[in-house]
Amino acid sequence: MHDQSLGELRAGLDRKDYSSVELTRHFLGRIHHGQRLNAFISVTEDLALEQARQADARIAGNDSEFLTGIPIAHKDLFCTLGVRTTCGSRILDNFISPYDATVVRKLKSGGMVMLGKTNMDEFAMGSSNENSYYGHVKNPWDEKRVPGGSSGGSAAAVSARLAPVATATDTGGSIRQPAALCGLTGIKPSYGRVSRYGMVAFASSLDQGGVLARSAADAALVLQAMSGFDRRDSTSLDRAVPDYPGCIEASIRGKVIGLPKEFFGQGADPAVMEAVEQAVRIFESMGAKTTGVELPNSEAGIPCYYVLAPAEASSNLARFDGVRYGHRTEQYEDLMDMYERTRAEGFGEEVKRRIMIGTYVLSSGYYDAYYVKAQKLRRMIADDFQRAFEKCDFIAGPTTPGTAFVIGEKSDDPVSMYLNDIFTNSANLAGLPAISVPAGLDHGGLPIGLHLIGRYLDEATILNAAHQFQQRTDWHRKTPEGFE
Amino acid sequence: MPLTPKTVGHIARLSRLEIDAQKTVFHAAQLNHIMQLVDQMNRIDTTGIEPMSHPQEAALRMRDDEVCAENCRQQYQSVAPATQDGLYLVPKVIE
Repeated sequence: MHDQSLGELRAGLDRKDYSSVELTRHFLGRIHHGQRLNAFISVTEDLALEQARQADARIAGNDSEFLTGIPIAHKDLFCTLGVRTTCGSRILDNFISPYDATVVRKLKSGGMVMLGKTNMDEFAMGSSNENSYYGHVKNPWDEKRVPGGSSGGSAAAVSARLAPVATATDTGGSIRQPAALCGLTGIKPSYGRVSRYGMVAFASSLDQGGVLARSAADAALVLQAMSGFDRRDSTSLDRAVPDYPGCIEASIRGKVIGLPKEFFGQGADPAVMEAVEQAVRIFESMGAKTTGVELPNSEAGIPCYYVLAPAEASSNLARFDGVRYGHRTEQYEDLMDMYERTRAEGFGEEVKRRIMIGTYVLSSGYYDAYYVKAQKLRRMIADDFQRAFEKCDFIAGPTTPGTAFVIGEKSDDPVSMYLNDIFTNSANLAGLPAISVPAGLDHGGLPIGLHLIGRYLDEATILNAAHQFQQRTDWHRKTPEGFE
Repeated sequence: MPLTPKTVGHIARLSRLEIDAQKTVFHAAQLNHIMQLVDQMNRIDTTGIEPMSHPQEAALRMRDDEVCAENCRQQYQSVAPATQDGLYLVPKVIE
């Protein structure tokens, strides 16, 4: 059951080959089997079985939707009513959410069964899942290596077949980067497409919820169910959501793929570039055309991002003060002392670093030189994409500069870690949809990701291209050894 | 200009983060390393460019001025470290 697509699971449930309770028990067993990966912070076994029983009742009463009875894991950044929501942080270690995030509510009302909450870099700050208070996550393809981050738990869980699909979030690459490193399909939709209500905020103008799945077809189904306008999120877009599962079957003949020379120069491993170039040839064989495009300011993406994201984070994380929820230090002299000790005990090193960077770039005397400068670069980067999309339907390149690295290899050097986002974070700065698709294995047998970036609100085109690619290739069907 | 350990102490204070005074030199070195990366922004001329604060750049949506939220005080305060009579408790700030 664990190797079936969501469509196959739907058919199996409808044919009564198995019940949702049986399916849920099967995945709970897989989670137990894969415990050493540390992919989950909480496994909600009793709740899962209860939701599965309700799903079975809906199926029996002919009241089911496409996803009813299918299990899912949620990144532990989505608030879940009555269930601990930690965001990978000690400061929220005791936080039981009093409400559901909109994404969680929508998938729940569609009858999906929550298996548990997945591990992540603390407050989604990281590219390796080594920054979690709950310990690092292991990559199922090679347990000495990182799964990528920040949605590393969701990626490890889906890759090891501990869950059929998982939610994730992406501020600078946190869905696509782990998708690439774990051999999955991961989509970050356009900014505003998926409600951020109940998603613990990191950088509010960049954060977006999405999906980690084993195929574009599966991702399309879940993205469909979680997207749409939400009055509770002031940046939610009031636009109709296209029929993603319906869009993916179309031919990509005649589509134009933009190849930015900035993504095909130096910077990525030869094995990664070889796989990406091979993928482009496959698209061409399906009738797509290619054209060169320019993203001349892409080199500014990383520095720009590492001003704006920490600036927004320093402001967002001010709410964790030991007053309304979460950890409060035991001993303190006065209010200021309580704030400072609570936050010093509650936050990990990377989070503190980013809060301090953010505070610095927003402080008097430095605001224009850093924050405003970065905002200007953000516009230049967004304008570059606009110009590129005059010539093409979507842009292709590598998702990450390399494949999964060894745990600990980069954890002492924040800057080398930040450079992992080099190909992904410009899509966040511009608010564009982007997807990572498995496109090969390197010489060590580690997955490689192909990155496709679409026009604003055009998730359909990149899902379509990804699905068509997956009709011609089987990289997305590869399973890490020991988890077949 | 590189950050000095003294500036780092000030930033930590502004950030409401207690840091070990012994470690300000270490923190300063790390933050300076990151700021060197950030300083690469200066390679690009941004004269005359309008800052972009948000991908949508639209005015925030307005809604009718009607009560729409329920009173969830009890529920929300159930996860607070300290409350009394419906109020959040903090150390005394006014003598």
